[in-house]
Amino acid sequence: MMAWLVRRLVASLAIIFAVVTFVFILIHVAPGEPCAQIDVDVDPIVCDQLTRQFGFDKPLHVQYWRYLVALAHGNFGYSFSLHRPVRDALAGTIPFTLQLAGAALLLDLLLGLALGIYQAGRVNRLPDVILGNTTLFVYSLPTFWLALILLLVFAEQLRWFPVGGPNDPILCPVVDSLYCVADRLWHLVLPATTLGLVGAAGTARFQRAAMLDVANQDYVRTARAKGAPERRVVLRHQLRNALLSFITRFGLAFPFLLTGAVLIETIYAWPGMGRLAFNAILTRDYTLVTATALIASTVVVFGNLLADILMGVADPRLRVRAGADVEVVTA
Amino acid sequence: MKLGNWLALFVALVLAAEIARLLRQRAAQHGRWRRLFRHRTTSWGIGILAFLVIIALAAPLVAPFPPGDQLGIVDLKNHPPSWTFILGTDVLSRDVWSRIAWGARVSLGIGALGALVAVSLGTLVGASAGYYRRWVDALLMRGVDVGLALPRIFILLMMVALWDRLPFAALVLAIGLTSWFGTSRLVRAEVLSLRERDFVVAARALGAETGRVIFRHVLPNAATPIIVSAALGVGNVLLLEASLSFLGIGVAPPDPSWGSIIADGASTIYTAPWTILFPGLAISLVVMSLNAVADGLRQALDPREEMA
Repeated sequence: MMAWLVRRLVASLAIIFAVVTFVFILIHVAPGEPCAQIDVDVDPIVCDQLTRQFGFDKPLHVQYWRYLVALAHGNFGYSFSLHRPVRDALAGTIPFTLQLAGAALLLDLLLGLALGIYQAGRVNRLPDVILGNTTLFVYSLPTFWLALILLLVFAEQLRWFPVGGPNDPILCPVVDSLYCVADRLWHLVLPATTLGLVGAAGTARFQRAAMLDVANQDYVRTARAKGAPERRVVLRHQLRNALLSFITRFGLAFPFLLTGAVLIETIYAWPGMGRLAFNAILTRDYTLVTATALIASTVVVFGNLLADILMGVADPRLRVRAGADVEVVTA
Repeated sequence: MKLGNWLALFVALVLAAEIARLLRQRAAQHGRWRRLFRHRTTSWGIGILAFLVIIALAAPLVAPFPPGDQLGIVDLKNHPPSWTFILGTDVLSRDVWSRIAWGARVSLGIGALGALVAVSLGTLVGASAGYYRRWVDALLMRGVDVGLALPRIFILLMMVALWDRLPFAALVLAIGLTSWFGTSRLVRAEVLSLRERDFVVAARALGAETGRVIFRHVLPNAATPIIVSAALGVGNVLLLEASLSFLGIGVAPPDPSWGSIIADGASTIYTAPWTILFPGLAISLVVMSLNAVADGLRQALDPREEMA
């Protein structure tokens, strides 16, 4: 288990390293001189000086090395549109994205799991068919469109929830009391529901298929034959094995959540990393965009690593195989 | 809407229903394909897709106005749906239905072309990795690992930031080139098991060239994951394009895409909700139909389903 874990960790770091390299190459094949970043006309002498100061006149491999060293120190560069270091800008927005993505992920997984189990127990009967068609529809909705519709119905028409922003700007400029925590959660409902619902529809379809895959296995039939109560068969024998696909789904959720964050945060004026990235596009602040792309990739890689570790915990066969490094025939 | 437009729309509807019915009838005679229509959702999916493709092809006939025409910036902006403007007009007094009909060309076109790029590349990479194994496999699949770790939208945002606006062809390429990783994994897994089968070994033993073995013997038998991921791919690419266009960094402004129609309407959703409602429904319907058809195809083509 330990050796396997170390190997997975090294592989993850290698992937991040490759992503960093890819991003570096992308920046350097793109057109445009470094000075074009500054809006006002600059004296060529000042421009030369700046180019030297930032090291853009050095050979590419030297720049690459400096880039790596800077990133290793957590230095993402300076944002010219925000007039502050990129690291500070990120530190201010990441907590908001974590809250949004965390709430959405919770709804996604819990609702999806429950629906999947419920449907698999009533396969091809009326509740399953209705839910099956509903999840197919919700799963196909563009998140940004659903966000607008929910905004229109629940914020504008019914006025149940606020139209955007992370908290009430007058009563709760900072979250420092229980009331303000409740206020934050109240503001979180619509954005998190938008992302969570679409995700949950996908998870439900995935989980239903996984439960049905397992339902025909010998050990499920054995459990039924020896007279185990239905509840126990479903939860202990079927679900335990179907959880492996659930964990796979958990690993796949991160790219979806990050993509959704860009759109949802923009629509609901949620001051997270996705909105930061989008605003950075509008101001052509490519140091900032690059930094968010790197952070997002890192999150995806470590999300996969986490899913792998959970998989190892949940599936004893994997532990044995990985530890002893021999192929165990499972089929 | 003039009489001719209504007529064209009616013909399109009948045609789409006929296509779905004919396909269903043809399929009923072949055991393997009959399962494709086991669920009613597949027929509906094919019908809806056929309808929207016909709308896209016949856009000049079914759309009463040119998509970019501002019909009357003073008295016709944000006009609610009526007999003349069946889906209303937007903030610039353009007819929403005409924009959706013309936008179908852009949206479905990018979806199909992007998916074509993605699936071709994914199939090629997956087949090479699975067939040659060893270092080719290791190299390509590590590359795929990296690709899957890239959150596409951030990479595309980055490209837009670096290159300013991407032209249509570049947009299709950029989306296609960032969407093939999943397909290549599926195809590789299929090819890995196919290459050991007797008919492939026999072809090799008879001295067939590697290219011939891969394209004539291996890939036709790996059609299931390729076709299914093509169907899903069109939906994914369409959604991605819509998201980018919604953010204002996708298809360039004068051409309407379903995503950019929603973007244009986003500022007036409270006063003119029809400007976002209908293009969003169009996107949802296409993606849903593609998902339904992909489900049906998977069931029809998967040999394991025969036992169930």
